[in-house]
Amino acid sequence: MGLLTFKIGGIHPPENKMSASAAIEEFAIPKQAVVPLAQHLGVPAKVQVKRGEMVKVGQLLAKGEAFISADIHSPVSGKVFKIEPRVDSTGFRKESVVINVEGDEWLENIDRSDDLVKEIKLSESEIVKRIHEMGIVGMGGATFPSHVKYMVPQGKTVDYLIINGVECEPYLTSDHRIMLEKGEEMLIGVSIMMKALKTDKAIIGIENNKPDAIANLEKLAANYPGISIKPLKVQYPQGGEKQLIDALIRQVPSGKLPIEVGCVVNNVGTAYAIYEAVQKNKPLIERVVTVTGKPVGKPSNYKVRIGTPITELIEKSDCSMDATGKIINGGPMMGKALVTLDAPVTKGTSGILLIENEKAKRVPIMNCIRCGKCTTVCPMGLEPHLLSIIARQGENEQCEDERIMDCIECGSCVYTCPSGRPLLDNIRLGKSNVGFMIRNRSKK
Amino acid sequence: MGLLTVSGSPHVHGGLSVKKLMWGVVIAMLPAMLASFFYFGIGAIKVTLVAVGSAMLFEYLITKFILKQPPQLMDGSAAITGLLLAFNVPSNLPVWIIVIGALVAIGVAKMSFGGLGKNPFNPALVGRVFLLISFPVQMTSWPVVGKFPMVLDAVTGATPLGIVKEGIKNGEPMADLMNQVPSYTEMFMGQNGGSLGEVSAFLLLIGGIYMLYRKIITWHIPVSFLGSVIVFSGILWLINPEQYVNPLFHLVTGGLMLGVFFMATDMVTSPMTPKGQLIFGAGVGILTIIIRVWGAYPEGVSFAILLMNAVVPHLNNLFKPKRFGEEVSNG
Repeated sequence: MGLLTFKIGGIHPPENKMSASAAIEEFAIPKQAVVPLAQHLGVPAKVQVKRGEMVKVGQLLAKGEAFISADIHSPVSGKVFKIEPRVDSTGFRKESVVINVEGDEWLENIDRSDDLVKEIKLSESEIVKRIHEMGIVGMGGATFPSHVKYMVPQGKTVDYLIINGVECEPYLTSDHRIMLEKGEEMLIGVSIMMKALKTDKAIIGIENNKPDAIANLEKLAANYPGISIKPLKVQYPQGGEKQLIDALIRQVPSGKLPIEVGCVVNNVGTAYAIYEAVQKNKPLIERVVTVTGKPVGKPSNYKVRIGTPITELIEKSDCSMDATGKIINGGPMMGKALVTLDAPVTKGTSGILLIENEKAKRVPIMNCIRCGKCTTVCPMGLEPHLLSIIARQGENEQCEDERIMDCIECGSCVYTCPSGRPLLDNIRLGKSNVGFMIRNRSKK
Repeated sequence: MGLLTVSGSPHVHGGLSVKKLMWGVVIAMLPAMLASFFYFGIGAIKVTLVAVGSAMLFEYLITKFILKQPPQLMDGSAAITGLLLAFNVPSNLPVWIIVIGALVAIGVAKMSFGGLGKNPFNPALVGRVFLLISFPVQMTSWPVVGKFPMVLDAVTGATPLGIVKEGIKNGEPMADLMNQVPSYTEMFMGQNGGSLGEVSAFLLLIGGIYMLYRKIITWHIPVSFLGSVIVFSGILWLINPEQYVNPLFHLVTGGLMLGVFFMATDMVTSPMTPKGQLIFGAGVGILTIIIRVWGAYPEGVSFAILLMNAVVPHLNNLFKPKRFGEEVSNG
C-alpha cells in the first residue's frame, strides 16, 4: 500500500531524531521567569499585574483583548520584579513580565493530579470559552490563538478535525514523545475538540518514521469513536497545514483557510494542552521542549515552564559550546537563530537545536544555473528563483501575480539550491512588501 | 565559545552544489570520451585536451582580467563546455581552429552575457556552429573510424547522415544507400564516423542514464526529444520509405544522442518547468528532422537546440508549474 503524502514538491532531509527515545523530564523551575506579552500570532496581550505584586502559578498576567490574541498566565509563583522590554527568541525586544520566583504555589482551582479525566462535562460554547481563557495557542510553532479556529464562521461546517502529529522538522521530538507518553490524554483532548467543532470525524496524521507512536495511538484510539490514525510517508513539509490537508483529504485553494474545505487543523501538543485546559482547568504555562543537536551530549525532551531562560536548558543537556556555531529556536528548516541565550522559552518553543560549527555558516553563493530544482521541490508550486529576483527588484505587483503570498517559508528551495542562493530571504522581503501593498489597497 | 551565527532559516543545506552537478556531467561524458580516443586515436586526445584546456584558460583570463572577479574555474562548467566542444568537432581539426572555437564558446556565448548561468545559448554549440560556418571544409572532413585503434587515420569520408542525404538527393534507391553505411548495431555501438562525441550512441546513452540516476537531469527533455524524432521521422518514413530514411537510422546517427542527453538538457539553456521541458524537447526533435530532411546540412541537432534555446524564456513564461490548490477536486 502506498502511504499518503502531499502531491506537490517536498524534500527529505536527514531526520536526525536524536532525542526520540528520551522520555519527557520535568525541568527545574527557574529562579527568574521572563514572560513576554506577545507569545502568539496577533495582537500582544494587555498586562493585568503591577510591579511588586505577588502572583501564583496559573494567575492571569495579561489579557488578550483583541480577536486574534491570547491570554497569558503566570508560569511560576513569586513577585513581579519588573515589566519591561526583553529580547525574546525572535531577536526583538518585547514587553515582558519578569517574575522573581518564590516557592511553587498554584491557584487552587487547577487540578495538578495525574488522574485521567475522561468525561467531557462542558458544552460546546463552554469548551471554546475555556480554550480562550486558558491562553491556548497552536503548539506546533505558528502559535495561532486556538479559540479562533473553534469559532466556526456562519454557514460553514467542519467535516474533519485534523490532528497534526507529523513533526516533519528534522531533530524535533516533542510531539513524538507526547503521542507516546500522553496518548490517552491527547485523545481525550481530540474528543473535546471534536465536540466543540460538532464533528464526529478526526484524523491524526503521523509520519511513519514514528511507528511506536502510530502503534500506541492505534491501540488507544479503539476506545475513542471517530478518531482514526493515518500513517504518512516521510516528506518535508508535511506538517504544513495545507500540505497535511492535501495528504489526508484534498487541496485548499490559494489564499483560503482550511475551513473552506471543511477542515480544522491542530497540533498534537495543542490537543494535549486543550485536555489540560478543559479537564484540569490548567492554563498554558508549560510545554515540552526538545533540546538536541550534534553538540548536545544528552539530547532530551523537557517539560519546561514558560519563561525559563533557554540557557538553563542548554546547561542541563551536557552541550559542547565550543563545538556549537549556531543555536536555533525550533527546527532546522523553519526555526529562528537565537541572538541571545537569555531569551525565554515561550508557548511556541518546540525545540532548541544546537548546530555544529561546520554547519553554522551558509554555503557560498554562486550564480543561479537555472536548474529549476527550487521549483521542483516547492510544495506550493511556486517558482522561488523567479520570486527571489522580482522581489529583490521590488516588482510587487508581479510578485503578487506569481503568488508570493502562498509561500509558506518552508525553506525547501534554499535546502536544495546547488548555488546556495538566499531565495527565501528575498521572498520574505517580497512578502512583506506585497503584504503592505495589499493592506494599503484594502484601506482605500 | 565564539560568537554564534545568526541567519534566516533554513539552517541546513542538502549539500548539492554546482560543482557536484557539473563534475557529474563530466563523469557521464567519460565513457564516450574514452571511446572516441579508442576509435579516433591520438587526434581525439589532442582535440579534447586543447578544447578543454583553452576553454578553462579563456574562462580564467576573462573572469580575472576583464570581469575582475575571483575566477571560479573549479566549478567545472568551463571544462564541460570544452569537452562538449571537443565532442562536436572532427578529430583531425587543426589546433588553432579549436582554440578559436573555445574562445567563441566561452568568450562570446558565455562570459559576455555574465558568465555561469547567464548565457541564453549553449556555449559549446555556439562555438561549434561558429566553426561550422567559418571553416566548413575543416569541420566536415571526417576521419573514418580506424580499423587499428590508436592510429591516426588519414582517410576521411562522409558521415552516414551525409551519405544518405546526398544519395536521396541524387535519387539513389534507399536499399543501396543502406549498404553504403555501417549496420545499425555498428552505428549504435560505435562504428559511426563523425565528430568525437558522435562515435557511440550506446555510451552516450549510458552517460545519460547515469545523469538521470544522479538526478542531474530529468527525463522530460530526453524523452520528448527522442519521442518527437521517432514520431515525426516515422510518419515521413511511412508516407514514403524510398524518400525518407527510417526512424532508427535517425536515432543512432550523428549527434542525436549527444544532443538528447548532453546538449538539450543543459540546465542553463533549457526551460525550468516539466511542461516547458516537454515542449522544448519536442521542438528540438522536430527541428532536427526538418533540418536533416530538408535543410542544407546533413545534421541538424546543433541548429535545432540553438533555435529552441532562443524560445526558452517564452516557454518559462508560458508554462508555469502547477500551483498548489489550482486544481481542486471534490472527493
